[in-house]
Amino acid sequence: MRAVTGAGILFRTFLRRDLLTVLWWTIGVTVLYWSQAVSVDGLYATQAEFDKAAASMEQNAAFIAMAGPARALNTTGGQVAWQATAFGAVLVGLMSMFLVGRHTRVEEETGRDELVRSGAIGRHAPMTAALAVTLLANAVVGLVTSGALLGYGLPAAGSWAIGLGLFLVGACFTGVALVAAQLTQGARAMYGIVGAVIGTAYALRAIGDVAENGLSWLSPIGWYQAMRPYADESWWPSLLLLAGFAVSVLASYVVFGRRDVGSGVWAARPGPARAGRDLRSGLGLAWRLHRGSLWGWSLGLFLGGLGYGSIGDDVGDLLGDSDTTREVLAAGAADLVDGFYGAAGVMLALIAGGYAVSASLRARGEEDSGRVESLLATGLSRTTWFVGHSLIAVLGTVVVVLASGVGLGLGYAAVTGEWDRFAHVAVAPVSAGAGALVLIGLTVLLVGLVPRWATAAWLGLGFCVVVMMFGPLLKLPDWLVDVSPFSHLALVPAESFAAGPYAAVLAVGAALLAAGVVALRRRDVH
Amino acid sequence: MGNVIEIAGLVKKFGATTALDHLDLEVSTGEVHGFLGPNGAGKSTTIRVLLGLLRADAGTATLLGGDPWREAAALHRRLAYVPGDVNLWPNLTGGEVIDLLGRLRGGLDEKRRADLLDRFELDPTKKGRTYSKGNRQKVALVAALASDVELLMLDEPTSGLDPIMESVFQSCIDEFRDEGRSVLLSSHILAEVERLCDRVSIIRAGRIVESGTLADLRHLTRTAVSAQLAADPHGLDSLVGLHGLVVEGRRVEFEVDSARLGDALARLGEFGILTLTSQPPTLEELFLRHYGDEVDTSEPEDEADS
Repeated sequence: MRAVTGAGILFRTFLRRDLLTVLWWTIGVTVLYWSQAVSVDGLYATQAEFDKAAASMEQNAAFIAMAGPARALNTTGGQVAWQATAFGAVLVGLMSMFLVGRHTRVEEETGRDELVRSGAIGRHAPMTAALAVTLLANAVVGLVTSGALLGYGLPAAGSWAIGLGLFLVGACFTGVALVAAQLTQGARAMYGIVGAVIGTAYALRAIGDVAENGLSWLSPIGWYQAMRPYADESWWPSLLLLAGFAVSVLASYVVFGRRDVGSGVWAARPGPARAGRDLRSGLGLAWRLHRGSLWGWSLGLFLGGLGYGSIGDDVGDLLGDSDTTREVLAAGAADLVDGFYGAAGVMLALIAGGYAVSASLRARGEEDSGRVESLLATGLSRTTWFVGHSLIAVLGTVVVVLASGVGLGLGYAAVTGEWDRFAHVAVAPVSAGAGALVLIGLTVLLVGLVPRWATAAWLGLGFCVVVMMFGPLLKLPDWLVDVSPFSHLALVPAESFAAGPYAAVLAVGAALLAAGVVALRRRDVH
Repeated sequence: MGNVIEIAGLVKKFGATTALDHLDLEVSTGEVHGFLGPNGAGKSTTIRVLLGLLRADAGTATLLGGDPWREAAALHRRLAYVPGDVNLWPNLTGGEVIDLLGRLRGGLDEKRRADLLDRFELDPTKKGRTYSKGNRQKVALVAALASDVELLMLDEPTSGLDPIMESVFQSCIDEFRDEGRSVLLSSHILAEVERLCDRVSIIRAGRIVESGTLADLRHLTRTAVSAQLAADPHGLDSLVGLHGLVVEGRRVEFEVDSARLGDALARLGEFGILTLTSQPPTLEELFLRHYGDEVDTSEPEDEADS
């Protein structure tokens, strides 16, 4: 046991650092499952309506690819298992990846691990403590989720299967993360590997579920869904998850025993000794810093658009005859399909707002980390530097919004075969996207005026989300709703594009942005 | 011979704390000017005002004959800066950073770049996140020294370097000065300042308390003297500027203000000097005289360090 001496102390230290993080993940995952139950029960007034909607969903290959095999869809439990398990598994996978990463690879990268290891600590203690903490976090997520579903009144066996499966699929990805942590020297590369494994697991089950060719049996997420929660539970697939966990953890311990602390099995690859042509200006550097996240967001929003679009004309079946559904999901529009895509456009534009805020905050990140000092001590003026970052945020937001629109149009046209309606659907996020540009203006102004509080820009996005998603339900006063730029933009294609308000919203965004640049020119940089 | 840096009555406040309190500083062309002071005295704040990163609340600052705030970018093409705490972009290699900073300054000397990489034994293919503190500092030093500039501003540039690299750094600075160019070297490593600097300014609590050549400053300090005399001395205590006189028979020990050293030795000569040792003042003593005796707890924090 000398190899794990001190693991107990480390376990308690890690736990203290992780308490809040695990709490948020637990809340997030639990709400994902629980809200499905609530929303399903709110959508359908009668069982007949429910049966009809379920029958149409079972036929939709896009839904099955996104969620999983369709089982018992005319029950609340069946709907919860269908809509939440795939995403729930991805979430616990990501949680496990971040927890393992922060206590292994990140610690080694920052050199803190070395300090810890100089104490009376066994060779395998940090890793073992990280494993224990992550397993505990997954157990908590599983238990609380089961508890919430039981509390909601769903059948006991299914609720326990949901929680147990979550725990085990999380444990399985914990093992994967531990193996990945041995391979690379950098934490980011490790996250890349685990992300790719989770993505592959999701894709394998998507293909397998649609084609029914058995590929789902190669995926831990598939094993989880094979436990059939709320649909005549089957418990033996949990053994597959357990085996996956055991094999990967064992492998990680063996590999760890053969490598040096601080390095990975794969040696860090050297980079270019000279800068390329791109690194010639402030804008060039800004582009280099932004491009990775821009491609990520573009791809994500393209796939999001594709997902919405692939629902096609089935909107009517999906919504059933309930008035509440029509109000919430189709903005009460006369043409249900157009109304749905109008609402989807706003949703995608709000997500693009997330990119807009994070991209606009990058300049502040550069300042906060002290890197900007070296830059501004060169011939690069602070205006050029800041405008460069803001320009990329603006153009990047345009790209992200367009990607979501193209995805939406493609998904719709591919499912319905109505290619002539591609543009009709694709423009939906473009109209609402002007609101995201106002969020850039807000963020830039905060960075220019009150840099320490710049992250408050996220509250601006949060406010817009609340107003747009829950405004009618919460019966917010008109003046408050009007503060959100998204409220003024036409719900294309349900409403026709309104150029006046569109230009006005853009003008407000531009004015805020200009004010932010002027403010930054006048303040201290530090 | 003009001045590359002229600062008069500079005031910089961060909220309620005063970081710079009527600071005056002059660095003339062709000199290596040591900027001495402990952490938090205002060294980095002064440099950041000179770089146009911070805006002065009062006073004037002139850099290379221009206004550091309004003409920042144009002036920066003529200088290079090495921060005390070098932060690199985690995904950029050292070589990329050197090229980037050089290009933004208007180009760098290819031959010198290669030569410096060699002398500092720096691997330019490693990513920013994998460099140690010393290596990050080397990246910034190579980027600065490979540029063709008139002025170097260095903020504690050697705090992470090993002794071998420190001597490489020192010879680089010597070469730089030999070409008639100027350096402002902020430091608290006294040996380095003594070795490199022509003139020194000592900053305390946001003000310059002492400024001049090392010889000037030494003049202000005391030299320790001990001597064995041929005859019994008398009347030594009437000498001006003598401190801590101890007479044991024909053996004397005392400290004397360096300006009065000649008088004291002349008097000793009257009694016949058999042996004599004298200890010249070090910068360290000078420094301690300003900082050592009294620990002023109300010293303003250098907020820009945060």
